[in-house]
This record gives sequence, structure tokens and C-alpha cells, in this order.
Amino acid sequence: MATVEREIGTSARGALPHPDVTRLDDVNRDVLRVLQTPGKGWWALFGLAAAGVGLFVTAWFYQMVNGIGVAGLTSPVGWGVYITTFVFWVGIAHSGTLISAILFLFRAPWRQSIYRASEAMTVFAVMTAGLFPLIHVGRVWHAYWLIPYPNSRFLWPNFKSPLVWDVFAITTYFTVSATFFFIGCIPDIAAARDRATGLRKKLYQLISLGWRGTDSQWHHFGNAYVFLAALATPLVLSVHSVVSWDFAMGIVPGWHTTIFAPYFVAGAIFSGIAMVITLVTPMRKIFGLEAYLTTKHFDAMAKLMLFTSLIVFYAYLSEFFLAWYSGEEVERTAFWNRVFGNYWWATWIMLTCNGLVPITLWFKRVRHSIPALFVISIFVNIGMWFERYVIVVVSLSHEYEPFAWGVYRPSIVEMSILVGSFCWFGFWFLLFSRLLPPVAIQEIKEVLPPPMRRAKQEAH
Amino acid sequence: MSAAILASYEYLDSTVDAIEQLRKAGFTPKAYAPYPDHHIEHALGYDRSPVRVWTLCGGLTGAATGLAFPTWTSLDWPIVVGGKPIVSIPPYVIITFELMVLFGALSTIIGLFVLSRLPSVRAPVLYDPEFTAGRYGVLVEAEGSRLEEARRILKAQEPIELRESAVTAVSGKEPARA
Repeated sequence: MATVEREIGTSARGALPHPDVTRLDDVNRDVLRVLQTPGKGWWALFGLAAAGVGLFVTAWFYQMVNGIGVAGLTSPVGWGVYITTFVFWVGIAHSGTLISAILFLFRAPWRQSIYRASEAMTVFAVMTAGLFPLIHVGRVWHAYWLIPYPNSRFLWPNFKSPLVWDVFAITTYFTVSATFFFIGCIPDIAAARDRATGLRKKLYQLISLGWRGTDSQWHHFGNAYVFLAALATPLVLSVHSVVSWDFAMGIVPGWHTTIFAPYFVAGAIFSGIAMVITLVTPMRKIFGLEAYLTTKHFDAMAKLMLFTSLIVFYAYLSEFFLAWYSGEEVERTAFWNRVFGNYWWATWIMLTCNGLVPITLWFKRVRHSIPALFVISIFVNIGMWFERYVIVVVSLSHEYEPFAWGVYRPSIVEMSILVGSFCWFGFWFLLFSRLLPPVAIQEIKEVLPPPMRRAKQEAH
Repeated sequence: MSAAILASYEYLDSTVDAIEQLRKAGFTPKAYAPYPDHHIEHALGYDRSPVRVWTLCGGLTGAATGLAFPTWTSLDWPIVVGGKPIVSIPPYVIITFELMVLFGALSTIIGLFVLSRLPSVRAPVLYDPEFTAGRYGVLVEAEGSRLEEARRILKAQEPIELRESAVTAVSGKEPARA
């Protein structure tokens, strides 16, 4: 037992991540309170999200009935808002697993209170992203053609195509992040079960799978979690690399570069962490979780956002530099067109929101101001959507042949589906925040100082 | 006659002490905790979990499948695409990697479920709902004469509650409070 005291006395617990939480069962009280009767604010947001889902479904159904022609897609721009939004949501999905897996392996002391929300964000963002290829291909009733099976003439899918890699990457990512999310939830659902009554208790009994917190359960759980994290870590890096290869394997000027994979991964983490800040800030306020999400957590997220912003901005600059340095007329024209062509505004929004606005994060005062971080995170979300718009649309609009240049204008259907996708995502996130503990109860307890009888006796 | 005793503790050191003393006296106690605590695991003498074997087997199966499947389908109908070899390994590495992760993760989950006996439908006879909140628990099963000794060790660490059952906690049907 002496070892216990020595470790707890001198360990890194000196710098407590949650100084206002002292007892283990305080965590249950504070977090499970969130699951009780929702307030007016929640219902208002939920109503808004449900209406948006209605818009989403209506617009998609309209497109199904009338055909893909109702979208603004036409030669030369065959990939428009749908693919832009697909890449945007896949990118958002990245920081969840980054926080839950990579920061877990690095033992980052600030991940515990945000990881549940960010993992839920990951799952719902992939659910949103996964719809876009289906929307984009038009005849959605043929979506099962994506499954690798031979056609009627026994021809198999072409595994040399990046689009097939994408199917494998996205489905693997969805399956693994969803199971990772669910496994992490089980002990907390059990905690909710032990406090709930009536119908909710029945539901939690079912989905907690009879978890009791026995030593053998924790033992295997802890080991399995490490292996899942170790598998999810390279997966995070691979998925957005594969998405970037959808572009980089094409010979379109502006796409065909080798920096695309790391550039996309950094951008994905950048946008994902911004979305975590966007979601967690109101959650903290509405649910009164100030003791769990302190300025220290926001400071750490802001630093990660700043760091990835620098990588992304460096990638922008090296793209421009290489286009000029290559001496290749087509590349030079493509990048000149980005900044000064038809879509100059999109490029400048991208450069401002992703490169210039995050510079303010160098100041500690900004990193410690939660309203300021919230505003910056919104800018980054907008900027990262436009980054994908610039890559997808602007590159396609200005390829090799001047007579084939053209301008793409998103239609009202596409914009409705874009807006609707945010509502679809919000719909699931709002449901999650009322049904599952939005802050990881057991993980917070791991970083709280454990109750010690001897320490208490000595203090008296 | 065999019986089970479950003690609920408020403090971690009491729990660890109770486990260590029970083990020294020759009992095989089980523990409950609101979070994974390595002091408790250490006191119970846990080694590495065999879950790793499941991960390895799943990962290797996935990798083998991910390489074999595209290779086989390419050979099943050989068609030259973009002047590339029929079986071109670099793009197949991506499928190999993705399936390694997919199978590895799923078999880890299956391993976890098998090893920790989840889902367990039947509620245990002895359980304290506070275990998922803030309490630690020690459960011990003992035969008639040794029952008193186990109870004494558990009581020495000042439990908040002591629950007893005449039959074993895992398989029993008749809950009885002593």
C-alpha cells in the first residue's frame, strides 16, 4: 500500500485538470444531471435541427425525382458543393479520433473532458459525410454498386481506383470510430443505468450490456482500449490521405501534388478541433459543465488549432511557391486563377480564415477567452469549407484547355442540402447530448485524486 | 455451505488493503471500481490481458484478406487498366491496411466481450449501484468455516456496507441479506 501513497503524493496530479471537482460521485451528479428533462433552449435547437433535416430530405427527394440535373453540376465542373461538403465533413470527423486515440496514447492530460463529445462528433460527421457520395452519384438506388462484388458479367471493381480505396477507408473509419465510441460509453451507460428510473433504466440496462465495473471487466477493457487506440491512430492519418488521393491521383492542375496527403490530414485536424470548440462552448454553458471544461482545456485546444493552422498555411504557401517554381504554365495559371480569377473571393476567404485569423491565437489572452475562441472556431469552420471549395471547384473550372474553362454556380437544391447537412449533424448531436453522458464520467475519475483514508486521518 | 460477502468501501487504500490481506489469507477476492485503477489490478496480481492475441489474429487476418482479395479479383478477370500490371501491389496496400485495421478492431471488441463475459444478462445477486458512482467493492466467496475470517478482514477496513448472500454471487438465485 505504501506504493499507492508515494505515487499519488508525488505524481503529476499536482497540476489537477479539474480543481473544482473533489469527489468521485460528484462527476456522476454533474454529468448525469444533463440527461434529465431538457430545457427550452434544447427543444428550440432540436426543433430547428429537425426542420433542417426536413429541408435536407425534401431537397434530396426532389433531386431523386427530377434527376441530378437539378444540381448546378455541369461540364467542366462535375464535382461541386456535394464533394466539397463530403470532404468537409470527413475532415470534421478527424479530430474526434485524434483526441480519443492519439492523445490517449500520448497521455495528454486535457483530453478526458472533451473526448466523449468529440468522438460523438466524429461518428455523426462520418454519418453526414457518408451521405454525400450517395447524393452526388444521383441514382441513389444503385448505391449498393459500391460494395465490392462482381457485376452480372463477373467483372470486379477496379482496386486501382482511388474511389474504391475511399469506400474501404470511409466504411472502415465509420465502423471503427462507432465501435470505439460505443465501447468507451459502456461504463458510463452503466453509471447512468444505476441512477435512472423507469423506461430510461430499461434502455440503459439493455445498452450497458450488464457492465458492473468488476476487476476483470476493467482489466480487459483497459487493454482492449489501448489496442483500439493503436489501431485507430494510423487509421485517422490514412483516411484523409485516401480522401486526398481522390484528387491527387488525377492530373488536374492544382490536384496532382504529393503534399496532398499530409496537407489534408493537417487541415482535417485543424477543422475538426475548430468544430469541437464550436460544439463544446455552448454545451459547457447550457449544461453547466464549467468545472469540467476549464480554460486550461480550451487553451490546449487553441494551441492544437494554432499548430495545425500553421501547417495548413505553410501548405498553401508551398503550393503557390511550387506552382511558380515549376515553371509549368498550366500550374502557374491554375494558381494565379485561384487568387485573382473568377473565384478570388473563395480563395481569400480561405486564406483569411485559416491563415490570418488563427494568428491571434499566439496571444494567451485570446486563448483564455472562450467567446473569442468560439468566434475564431466559426471562422475556421467557414474557412475550411471554402478550402475544399477552392480545391474542388476552382481547380476543375480552369483545367488545360481555355475553351473548356467554365464557371459553376451551386443551385438552390445543393445549397439546401448543404444547410440541411449541418442540421442532420446537429440533430444527432443534440439527441446524443440528452441520451448518453456527454462528458466521459469514468475517464474524468481516472484523473481525479482517489479518496484515501490515511490522507484524511493525517489531515485531521 | 458456501457464501459470498460484498463490502463497499469509500477509500481506495482500504480497498487495496482488504484485497491484499484476503489474498495473503488464501482467498480469491474480486473487486469493483468506478474507473480502472491500476493499484487494484496490481493488488489482484493481474498480468497482461489476452485481448492482445485477438487483436493480432484479427489484424493479420485482415491484412491477408486485404491483399488476397484484390489480387484474386484482378486475376479472376484480368483486365489492364491504365497500363498498370494486372496485380499491382501499391494500391492494394491501402486495402490491406484498411482491412487490417477493420478486422483488428472488430476482433479486439469480440475478444473483449468474450473475456469479460459481456453482455451479461443476469443481474448479480450482490451488487451496489454506487460502484459506478464513487464506491469501491470487494467480493469474496468462502466456505463455511473460513467465512468468519473473510468477514473479519473485510470489516477491519471499515466498509460502508456489507452485503452477504448464502449462495454464490454469480450463479445464485436467492438473494439474502445477512
